[in-house]
Amino acid sequence: MFEPKIVCFLCKWCTYAGADLAGTSRLEYAPNGVNIRIMCSSRVDPEHILWAFDRGADGVFVGGCHPGDCHYQDGNYKTLRRIELFQRVLKQFGLENGRLRLEWVSAAEGRKFAQLMDEFTEQIRALGPIKLGSRKGGQDGGSTKKEETS
Amino acid sequence: MAKLKVALYWAASCGGCEISILDIGAKILDFVAGAEIVFWPCAMDFKYHHVEAMPDGSIDLTLFNGAIRTSENEYMAKLFRRKSKVLVAYGSCAYEGGIPGLANVTDREGIFKRVYDTTPSTKNPKGIRPQTKTKVPEGELRLPEFYDTVKTLAQTVDVDYFVPGCPPTGERTWEVLEAILGNNLPEKGSVVGAGQKTVCDECPRTKNEKKIKAFVRPHLVIPDPDVCLLEQGIFCAGFATRDGCGAQCIQVNMPCRGCYGPPPKVIDQGAKIVSALGSIIDAEEPEEINRILDQIPNPIGYFYRFGLPYSILRRRVIK
Ligand code: FES
Repeated sequence: MFEPKIVCFLCKWCTYAGADLAGTSRLEYAPNGVNIRIMCSSRVDPEHILWAFDRGADGVFVGGCHPGDCHYQDGNYKTLRRIELFQRVLKQFGLENGRLRLEWVSAAEGRKFAQLMDEFTEQIRALGPIKLGSRKGGQDGGSTKKEETS
Repeated sequence: MAKLKVALYWAASCGGCEISILDIGAKILDFVAGAEIVFWPCAMDFKYHHVEAMPDGSIDLTLFNGAIRTSENEYMAKLFRRKSKVLVAYGSCAYEGGIPGLANVTDREGIFKRVYDTTPSTKNPKGIRPQTKTKVPEGELRLPEFYDTVKTLAQTVDVDYFVPGCPPTGERTWEVLEAILGNNLPEKGSVVGAGQKTVCDECPRTKNEKKIKAFVRPHLVIPDPDVCLLEQGIFCAGFATRDGCGAQCIQVNMPCRGCYGPPPKVIDQGAKIVSALGSIIDAEEPEEINRILDQIPNPIGYFYRFGLPYSILRRRVIK
């Protein structure tokens, strides 16, 4: 069976703490996600998401504090706007919008985090392995090496 | 001192880069005083076999403009790499794919269908399409192969320097030529003829805190000439674009379209634009956010206008 690779960007103050709670509560959930702790969901640059996809992630999950709860006041609103806009860009690139998911999970919501991981893993499993123009479309099969700029 | 041997070539390009060489003005005389032009199809009568006959590495400098979209472009890129000591990707198309690179939202079939079939002015009942080989009574005619994907020069061959711009400005071009004539070359792989900051740093307009409630298209309004265009709701890519152009478009009330490519340390210009616009759109509810985003009809067209092949994803997925 296809096991999706998932990269999760989780903000330190809420979702990562929620993931911690899921662990300390010994909840069982899909192990496909690799969690990366960031200070705020707004630290996720769309470039990070592209890198993740380009380097083999089948799905990217971004987790932040609930609206109004961001430790930096309005970081998560920026995240929301970026992801909404970025979904439109990804669609034009021919990527399914289901591969990128933004959710709000608080430090108390360990159970919600576990459920979301199960759900998102199944969602990506249904979409199948990622196909990218950068790897499949070029005449050279596409290397990701870029020229260095000074 | 022997004159430097210089070649200029155009691949998938519009010809604007050729004109930009002439933009150096009277300095063209200084240029030809130090350089002998050995190939320049736009201006002088040389043939491909003249280049093929040159010893490898015998051209000191090739300024190569245009993207790589056909087998002919690719052949010439490889030929000039072999024949040249220094190969420069000159202009946005060679550096990042440029406007021709926007073709990466579709593929060969999509383009042919449009061009030879569905355009309103096309009548092609027999469905004739270009062929790489055609038999005629006189023999066989050949055309280059048209690829699905437009590539940058550096995705095709090793490149020494990159000069951004659509087209590069005359002053910057002269700086580059001067450096080469004086054998004063920067580190291999550098972007030359441009700055290290963004167009906003060169832009003379006053800038305040940005909060955008609505986007307007530039032809529908007369912008205030002294205030940041973005603050007026006009999409301007200056914040995610390398400086060096002198903010010329902005000074005539036109927004930056991003032709100098991403600033240093950024690979994906479009991703940075998404990031910045996300910060300044003034809405918190998903419905309102999406109502504002609906005013950007073609995000890839705006955000990757000059750099789709150079971007991380390079092209739309081919099914
Ligand atoms: S700190 Fe959690 S989203 Fe900003």
